[in-house]
Amino acid sequence: MTQAAETAPAFETPSVEALAARIPDGAMVALPPDNSLPSVALAKALIRRGARGLRLLGVPVSGFATDLLIGAGCVAELQTSAVSLGEAGFAPRFGAAVREGRLVLRDATCPAIHTMLQAAEKGVPFMPLRGILGSDILAHRPDWRVIDNPFAQGGDPIVLLPALSPDFALFHAVLGDRHGNVWLGRRRECATIAHAARRTLVTVERLHPGNLLEDERLAPGTISGTYVEAFAVAERGAHPVALLDEYGFDAAHVAAYARAARTEEGFRAWLAEHVLDARLEAAE
Amino acid sequence: MSGALPPGERLAAAIAPEERLAAAIAPEERLAAALARLIRDPSAPPARHIAVGAASPIPAAACWLVRKGGQEVRLSLLHKRSGNPFTEGTRELFDLTGQGRIDLFFLGGGQIDGQANINLVGTGEWPGREVRFPGSFGSAFMYFMTPRTILFREEHSPRVLVERVDNVSAPGVSPPGVFRRGTAQALVTGRAVFRFDPARARFALESAHPGEDAASIRAAAGFDYDEPASLPVTPDPTPRELALLRGPVCDEMLETYPEFCARVFDRRAAA
Repeated sequence: MTQAAETAPAFETPSVEALAARIPDGAMVALPPDNSLPSVALAKALIRRGARGLRLLGVPVSGFATDLLIGAGCVAELQTSAVSLGEAGFAPRFGAAVREGRLVLRDATCPAIHTMLQAAEKGVPFMPLRGILGSDILAHRPDWRVIDNPFAQGGDPIVLLPALSPDFALFHAVLGDRHGNVWLGRRRECATIAHAARRTLVTVERLHPGNLLEDERLAPGTISGTYVEAFAVAERGAHPVALLDEYGFDAAHVAAYARAARTEEGFRAWLAEHVLDARLEAAE
Repeated sequence: MSGALPPGERLAAAIAPEERLAAAIAPEERLAAALARLIRDPSAPPARHIAVGAASPIPAAACWLVRKGGQEVRLSLLHKRSGNPFTEGTRELFDLTGQGRIDLFFLGGGQIDGQANINLVGTGEWPGREVRFPGSFGSAFMYFMTPRTILFREEHSPRVLVERVDNVSAPGVSPPGVFRRGTAQALVTGRAVFRFDPARARFALESAHPGEDAASIRAAAGFDYDEPASLPVTPDPTPRELALLRGPVCDEMLETYPEFCARVFDRRAAA
């Protein structure tokens, strides 16, 4: 259980499990990486609910939560610019899935992911981006086009990227208020995902008593409730990933995961201990 | 955080006397100094703003060495544990670079070939069915849009330095007409420093780290390159550079790279 029931004010916040239940199998789900506030709590709830066929989008790269979801069999496709566990090394379940051909992988490059989301943010069908020409990434992206810059005198090829609207944006914020606003400081890529996605579901560390948008100091780091469908309170919901200056990256936890997840059996045992037994997790 | 002894003496005190000679210059310190010399290269485009990406303690040390050595340079360290230089999310780095406001970036590669193509995707068929690497990150953009890139990979072996990469994350050179501000300035490995000539799409060996020679460097490289008749040794860091690395540079790096600082400088963050 989350803390929501104990601390919720007059308005209702669903549980993390209830949020996960809103995400249907096969949905395209955008996740920020380990340095940018992923909701590990929501990823674990998706595993407990037995989600299948998810199409994950790493914004712009992927980390711990993505490796967990792949290992648990929740993911059919992944579009990302890299998958890594940082200092703990390669993401083991991702690597195994690629080797075994179990994952439809669409490689991108970081600014291309941002640009596709920014096009969706603006409601335009595509946006151009420099670079990429001559990369095998482009050769494997039939959905990316090259045109001749119409504003130049000719002979200036440039890549066009289609707008991308994920079905869901999921991330973890520090604060949520009764107006549905959430605060996560300078990690504005989460705002870009929220603007571009059709639905945004958030976990927050704790509730904020006032209106985040009425506070001049907090407003610039706030994502307006306009974009947020619902949030659940999940204390330490980013763990083992860091949350701004609230808590640090739990390197020992991720390193232990990386060791365990080298094998399918090790991963299953880790999952049983840290994800499927939710009571144990809550007691940690 | 600071002990009673100055950094240099604290380091010496932590090392048994018989180990001091061997520990005099760590390989990481030599590489950082070599990278710093490339950053300061007066013949290269100016380095006013340098960005350093993920898991790059030695390039980060090189940048801090340049700055602590008195050269004014703005450093954007993308993986600082507390705070970060951008308030618009990670896309701000790419927007800055797109405008030409980032002068220098570092890239590595699971494979690097003789034409300075880099492969961060994996070996075997696309997308790395043999050995999958993490992925291309921003390389397919940064390599084009920064006036210069320093390629850095400690492992100098035939499996890394290949004749032709299996998959191209980012090409070393582009045909005429493709918008490109720059490419590789140099490649620094654990054995040597190479310069890159974009006009010929070819590396030239510039110096050998101590313990290496022309034959050992070539034997461990899978691509062909030019070689001078007489091969210089990569210079040692100067005493001043060593003092800077072990003192103020380490101070700046302790939070982001605690394991690196403990291993190389024998320094630990305050609990």
